[in-house]
Amino acid sequence: MITNDPIILLSEVSLKVGRDSILNQVNADIRAGEFIGIFGPNGSGKTTLVRALLGLIPIAAGTMALFGEPVKRGSRLIGYMPQAITTCETARLSVRAMIMAVQAGERWGMPWNKAAAVQEVDEVLELVELRHLAEIPFYQLSGGEKQRVQLAQALLGKPRLLVLDEPLASLDPYHQQQLVSIIENVKKITGATILFIAHDINPLLHVIDRIWYLAGGKAALGTLEEVLSNNVLSHLYNASMHVIRAEGRIFIVNAESNVLENTCCGHSHA
Amino acid sequence: MLDYLHYEFVRHALFAGSLAAILGAIVGYFVVLRNVGFAVHALAHIGFTGATGAAMLGLTSLEGMLAIAVVAGITIGAIGERLQRSDVAIGMVLSVALGIGMLFLSLYQGFSGQATSILFGNIFGITYEQIIQMLFLFLVTVTLLLIGSRRLLFASLHPDLAEARGISLTYLSMSFMLLIAVAVSLASQVVGILLVFALVIGPASIATRWTRYFWSGFFGSIAISLVTVWSGIFLACVTNWPPSFWITGILFLSYIATEIIKR
Repeated sequence: MITNDPIILLSEVSLKVGRDSILNQVNADIRAGEFIGIFGPNGSGKTTLVRALLGLIPIAAGTMALFGEPVKRGSRLIGYMPQAITTCETARLSVRAMIMAVQAGERWGMPWNKAAAVQEVDEVLELVELRHLAEIPFYQLSGGEKQRVQLAQALLGKPRLLVLDEPLASLDPYHQQQLVSIIENVKKITGATILFIAHDINPLLHVIDRIWYLAGGKAALGTLEEVLSNNVLSHLYNASMHVIRAEGRIFIVNAESNVLENTCCGHSHA
Repeated sequence: MLDYLHYEFVRHALFAGSLAAILGAIVGYFVVLRNVGFAVHALAHIGFTGATGAAMLGLTSLEGMLAIAVVAGITIGAIGERLQRSDVAIGMVLSVALGIGMLFLSLYQGFSGQATSILFGNIFGITYEQIIQMLFLFLVTVTLLLIGSRRLLFASLHPDLAEARGISLTYLSMSFMLLIAVAVSLASQVVGILLVFALVIGPASIATRWTRYFWSGFFGSIAISLVTVWSGIFLACVTNWPPSFWITGILFLSYIATEIIKR
């Protein structure tokens, strides 16, 4: 269900990491209920953009608003699923205990959890179809299950925006599809807006409403047809790019060097 | 067994041992959750320099150790996880710390008898003044730890998320290392700096193997630690063998048994 309220509004936003300029003059408006896929080569600024949305890095220029307010750190309206899985082999806490630690984790005092809080943990585990593994030590889970635990904690507090930082990285195609359909289902039930960062477009082709493509310090937001064109991508990469569609899959290649990741001639991969 | 309680030094040993056991177990549980066991090892060795140097300044070995371990702890916290991976650098610093400690020992004539108690502990030699000092440190440290425990647990298990919610990982790490420094100094009074690793890490790592929730691991760690220290002191009274031997021995056997059963 997509409404017309802009939930994320970027106007001429530039982002820097140290002195390096990562993104320049980015404009975007994302409406409530959209499923947005964020793509781009390594170092194109996907993670930097997420960190800015979370309020972890300052905005070098322009304005960025979430839910009609300036971005602030620690917003409870955002559920964030970080990129790295924190494998604490030595901790050996159960899946439920791992998620309980996230609830109001920034508060002072001792980690007592009320019954209602424990109930909520089981609800988010239900959403990611892991309720049956609640008592299992986290470290014993498979890679795909660990990612679902990461997703489950992001759902605590019923956030209106989910920011998922490369949840498909390091998963095989089968588990990628499984996670994507779980996320699709979560979206159906909660109605949350989703920003999904991924390296490869193909596993997400059938679920995304629009894509946000970052490359060469620039960004383009639009439907698949609008963004995945030779002209738009060539402008982003500042190189001659081709979009190849074959058997329902999409490939993006650099006409000069054949390989997407090797297009370092024109722009910085910082 | 109760006969031994007529001796003041046994009562002192039990009281000081309990303080060290509880604090060591609580700090150790977070050390295991965060997987920073190297810090316990490092701070104990660096503390040796302070403990031996203290005599030259007219301080007690606890005061000397505390001073240097706290500075070293805050430094380790500020440098962060990079340090954990540079085991050569750690090894070099620890070696030179022990070397300087030896120098202090030799410079201060008549102090060499103290070396054994610093290295291996001297729980039966603890005075009333030391107990008061330990009690004060214990209360301050445990209070601080409990106030910060919710944040510490969150940031230990989910550092990226904690950062996104506005927790400074560096400050948190520095604060926690400071508390480790106090716990290590206190526990060294009981088992000495060479054996302190077992008393701080042992009960917690055994407890995490048997439990799946924070509070069960937390109290399990304290229980194992207390029972071990009390048994060690009692067995030392009966056998006249050093309590440090019994404490580390019991922990080692419990650890081996846990590893076999829970493999």
